[in-house]
Amino acid sequence: MATTPRATSSAVHNQIMWNRLIAVVEEQALTLIRTAFSTSVREAGDLSAGVFDREGRMIAQAVTGTPGHVNTMAAAVGFFIEDIGPERIQPGDVYLTNDPWKGTGHLHDITVTTPVFRDEHLIGFFASTAHVVDIGGRGYGPDAREVYEEGLRIPIMKWVDRGELNRDLVTIVRSNVREADQVVGDIHGLAACNETGRRRLLEMLDEFELADLDALASFVFDRTRRATLGALEHVPKGTYTNEMTVDGYDEPVTLAVTLTVTDTGMHADFTGTSPLSPWGVNVPLTYAQAYFTYAMLVALAPELPNNFASLEPFTVSAPPGVILNAQDPDPVAVRHVLGHFVTDLCLGAIAEALPDVVPAEGSGALWNFQASARPIDPASGLPPVEMLMFNSGGTGARPTLDGLTATAFPSGVMTMSSEATEQVGPMIVWRKEIRENSGGLGRQRGGLGTIMEIGPAEGYLFEFSAMFDRVENPARGRHGGQDGEPGAVYLDDGTPFASKGRQTVPGDRRLILELPGGGGFGDPAERDAEATANDRRQGYVT
Amino acid sequence: MSHRGGLRIGADVGGTFTDIVLERADGGYESTKVLTTHAAPEQGILEGIESLVEVFDIDLADVDQIIHGTTLATNALIERRGARTALVTTHGFRDVIETRTEGRFEQYDLNIVLPTPLIERRDRFTVVERIGARGEVLRPYDEGSASDVIDALEAGGYNSVAVGFLHSYVSSEHERRFRDQLAARLPDISISISSEVSPQMREFERFNTVCANAYVQPLMASYLVRLRDELRTRGADCPLYLIHSGGGLMSVESAAAFPVRLVESGPAGGAIFAADLASRYGRDRVLSYDMGGTTAKIALIEDATPQTAKTFEVARTTRFKKGSGMPISIPVIEMIEIGAGGGSIASVDSLDQIRIGPRSAGSEPGPAAYARGGLEPTVTDANLQLGRLHPDTFGAENISLEPDRAAAAIREHVADRLDMTVDTAAIGIAEVVDENMTNAARVHAVENGKDLNGFTMVAFGGGAPLHATRLMDKLGLDEVFVPPGAGVGSAIGFLRAPFSYEAVRSFYTTTADFDFAGANQLLDELRTEAEAFVRQGTEAEVVVERQVSMRYKGQGWEIPVALEGGDFDEFAAEMITGVFTKAYEAFFGRAIDDVLIEAVSWSVRVSSVVEPPPRLEIIDDDAAGVAATSTPSRPMYDPTTGATTDAAIVERTSLEPGSAIAGPALIVEAQTTTVLGSRHQAIAQHDGSLRITNVSTDGGR
Repeated sequence: MATTPRATSSAVHNQIMWNRLIAVVEEQALTLIRTAFSTSVREAGDLSAGVFDREGRMIAQAVTGTPGHVNTMAAAVGFFIEDIGPERIQPGDVYLTNDPWKGTGHLHDITVTTPVFRDEHLIGFFASTAHVVDIGGRGYGPDAREVYEEGLRIPIMKWVDRGELNRDLVTIVRSNVREADQVVGDIHGLAACNETGRRRLLEMLDEFELADLDALASFVFDRTRRATLGALEHVPKGTYTNEMTVDGYDEPVTLAVTLTVTDTGMHADFTGTSPLSPWGVNVPLTYAQAYFTYAMLVALAPELPNNFASLEPFTVSAPPGVILNAQDPDPVAVRHVLGHFVTDLCLGAIAEALPDVVPAEGSGALWNFQASARPIDPASGLPPVEMLMFNSGGTGARPTLDGLTATAFPSGVMTMSSEATEQVGPMIVWRKEIRENSGGLGRQRGGLGTIMEIGPAEGYLFEFSAMFDRVENPARGRHGGQDGEPGAVYLDDGTPFASKGRQTVPGDRRLILELPGGGGFGDPAERDAEATANDRRQGYVT
Repeated sequence: MSHRGGLRIGADVGGTFTDIVLERADGGYESTKVLTTHAAPEQGILEGIESLVEVFDIDLADVDQIIHGTTLATNALIERRGARTALVTTHGFRDVIETRTEGRFEQYDLNIVLPTPLIERRDRFTVVERIGARGEVLRPYDEGSASDVIDALEAGGYNSVAVGFLHSYVSSEHERRFRDQLAARLPDISISISSEVSPQMREFERFNTVCANAYVQPLMASYLVRLRDELRTRGADCPLYLIHSGGGLMSVESAAAFPVRLVESGPAGGAIFAADLASRYGRDRVLSYDMGGTTAKIALIEDATPQTAKTFEVARTTRFKKGSGMPISIPVIEMIEIGAGGGSIASVDSLDQIRIGPRSAGSEPGPAAYARGGLEPTVTDANLQLGRLHPDTFGAENISLEPDRAAAAIREHVADRLDMTVDTAAIGIAEVVDENMTNAARVHAVENGKDLNGFTMVAFGGGAPLHATRLMDKLGLDEVFVPPGAGVGSAIGFLRAPFSYEAVRSFYTTTADFDFAGANQLLDELRTEAEAFVRQGTEAEVVVERQVSMRYKGQGWEIPVALEGGDFDEFAAEMITGVFTKAYEAFFGRAIDDVLIEAVSWSVRVSSVVEPPPRLEIIDDDAAGVAATSTPSRPMYDPTTGATTDAAIVERTSLEPGSAIAGPALIVEAQTTTVLGSRHQAIAQHDGSLRITNVSTDGGR
């Protein structure tokens, strides 16, 4: 064969480096998962990690369990550059913030950014985000009326200044949060995972004999932009709308979207959406944007890696005062509940245009809860324990496949083992089983929810913060498929239990949660006879 | 051990081939490969043994030991060819193996399909009973409800029953009661209980493991008995042992009771093979790299001991993705497996990037160059195009390589789509697969808290020697060994394995109120259990290794820490804190102050002392000097320089100890080809291994 100078294979060479960059951020994320104290980070993948060019444009991001960080994280580094000021960015620095409007939408997420220098020149940044165990204030829940009550807010600041840890800031954090060791430990963990990324990147640049990231970033952005716009061609230009009503906190919330598809991108406008809530269920617009972008990417271009260019074509707007456009100081602590519905909302809008792609609606928001186990007799000496559990209903049926039973979507959350939960604290899971008949019937059946029975261990009661949706408003079927079963919440003696707000589970009672099922797809009469028979055999449908 | 004729046989039944290795008393060996006979795998083994017997004129009565590893259990799980099996579990937990983790293993795929549970819902039954996290009885065992379940099991005609109750790793009382009640009523049914098969916390993993055990148990038990009887009939009256997933030997009886421990035993043999070679050369940090037709497997070995894990996944359904298979909680040699083999297919994605695998052309239809109907380009086709393989020296029997077909496939599926020459596309395919393996090795090292700096690579399997030097460069390693017999490495590895058994159990205590008496008792019990298994095979001296997996309270991932010394006393908490802190720092660079430490899972591994293999003197540059003779050279692409150069062609069989080969060169043999770039050199060693190093030390990564 003929001699092949390296120049002719530069595309291959760039691809190799791009893959390596993705491996670097995956390693960065893995380091974080392994060290995190926060349950939602390690069980749910509630974190993100990415590498950015010197202008703050994201070049690569680890695939983690949290679509909500897709855009929020991508935008964050720009804010860091702006607020720190380019002239104050120095080797050995580490910055952080948990500002909901500059980070990822609520105070519990801390974003840490580390600049990377090579031969004294700034060449880029690593950033990572993790949900911490506590951030002070009222504790995690929707009960605050302003963001100030939701905990400590750290503006964009230096955590480490030219190698010197900012001990004043550490002290402020420590004295404002519960579980200070774990929270500070997690911030150090974020800084450490960025450092891992920084070192690996410098090794990679040595290996490939590159001075900086600029040429590689342009290659990545060019390739991605072309592929993203190519994928958008599958949706005919025009305007698409959808509306969806969900339970909300104290009154039903209507989510509305108008999608406009042009040659250069897609725009989502949320005009028509219900007004802001006085409770912390409001959603900063960047967080809604993340779930819109995620919806479009899974539908159109699932194989595209996230970076500046894959996200750039997806823009959003919303009038002031709607629940998907929370502004400082609106309360936003549990912005994920409504945020998660944005994916089904936006997928629904393009369902007619992409009938072979878009699934029926699913249970959407997770059925997470925090149970505060308290001794019935304060003199008993039993310690109070905070317990967190993640649970998912069924997903919507797909055009050619049934929905997934007890599976998160759009979140990538995983549940915790009942045995592990009981090892950690005084909770007993008496039952966690498939909830029969909960999936919407259709040519393809919706995924089934589960039914759970939980109670306090002996000597305890639960102060329980409920935040369950789709109790009043089921997941809707599509193309003739039936709706999924809505959820239900009650005590085992039949006492009703509100699906929202703080309540008590007495020591001798159990709480029963019936998680919603996903909607069906297509006319149930068209369901394959063998699939119907199997539903009966297995007791999915009785 | 009794010495008859000093012969030992290793038999590795794989998906395509059954490898038989016959080792002589002097350590030399002969080997053969026969096609695996799927319907009755013992036939392939017997056929292979008979052929060695004939060719080398030996007497089966002179065989001391036969050691066997098989993918039969793995394949039964993948192909769902097991017994009619029921799961009996705690009331309220019927669907644990179906609802899994509630997560999606692929975040961006709307059409993902979750693995079907091994035991379907209608075959899952519940008994009223409940044990709590501390072993306390929350709900008494209800004999009546158990009796109803047994009625249903009888009526349902089940052959095998898996029993998995909540928290049975703390108290096995209810599981044992059910087993006894069931055995009394239905004595012919085979029963597996989770507190014996895998007493580890986390119900999804434990229940799935006991289901897998029950599912393959009747099949494996009858196979093993047939094999032993057949061997005896033919005069091989010696003991038969099985290799388990943890890389040790177990008796036929243990294997028949706990066949799930046979899963992944073939790859375990490969890691032992690499570990053995490393210890011969005094190398204590080794990266074992095994590349075959469909996948590449990478394992880390330190101090001649492969890394082990307590849980792994079999039967991954989607691109080898974590979460797309079945978790099995048993001790296993830890390795990462990716879809990168000679038959892996290259394609171009929507980003105009070259992708390799995980689809594989396998041996049927095979790479395009095989001319057996494969039309898509594979890694083998790229190697042919780049001059690394050659029709004249390709070893596989009955296969002639057709370069034109390889080039046409690369042109159509890659080069034309990317507007490249065929050569550039072939370089791209080779580079991408090498990069994929490199990244997998890096991730694996990170996951184990290791830095690959200073590791030695041992490359075996048909594909590895073709790619080893490129991986060496990309990973920044200084040394690669390509041992002889690389094609039957696993079967040779079997012959080097100790008798061993690792007993694992979850037991939860923290440094705040460390239950040292409980821990001592548990470790004693685990030791007794493990030693009993080992004593079924050997009276030899044993070593005992104790380990505890710990984490900071609030974390979810545990770090295994070796326990030195004797029993715990009241100062145990301090000691534990010390060793954990050290281990944590090794993983993450920085310990955390003032947070409690939790011990979660404990294990004791008992293994027979294996005499260390004789040390081999390395022949390095200075001692060398025997120039290898080469046949005419041919052009080969050298990735280190990015240029095509003339590579010498050297027959491996022509090498003597001390033969030195300077790159660029191709060292060819029946089952593979070793590629040397222009900056590499190889020196043949006393045992026939090739030791490859960099010629220049200018940090040429």
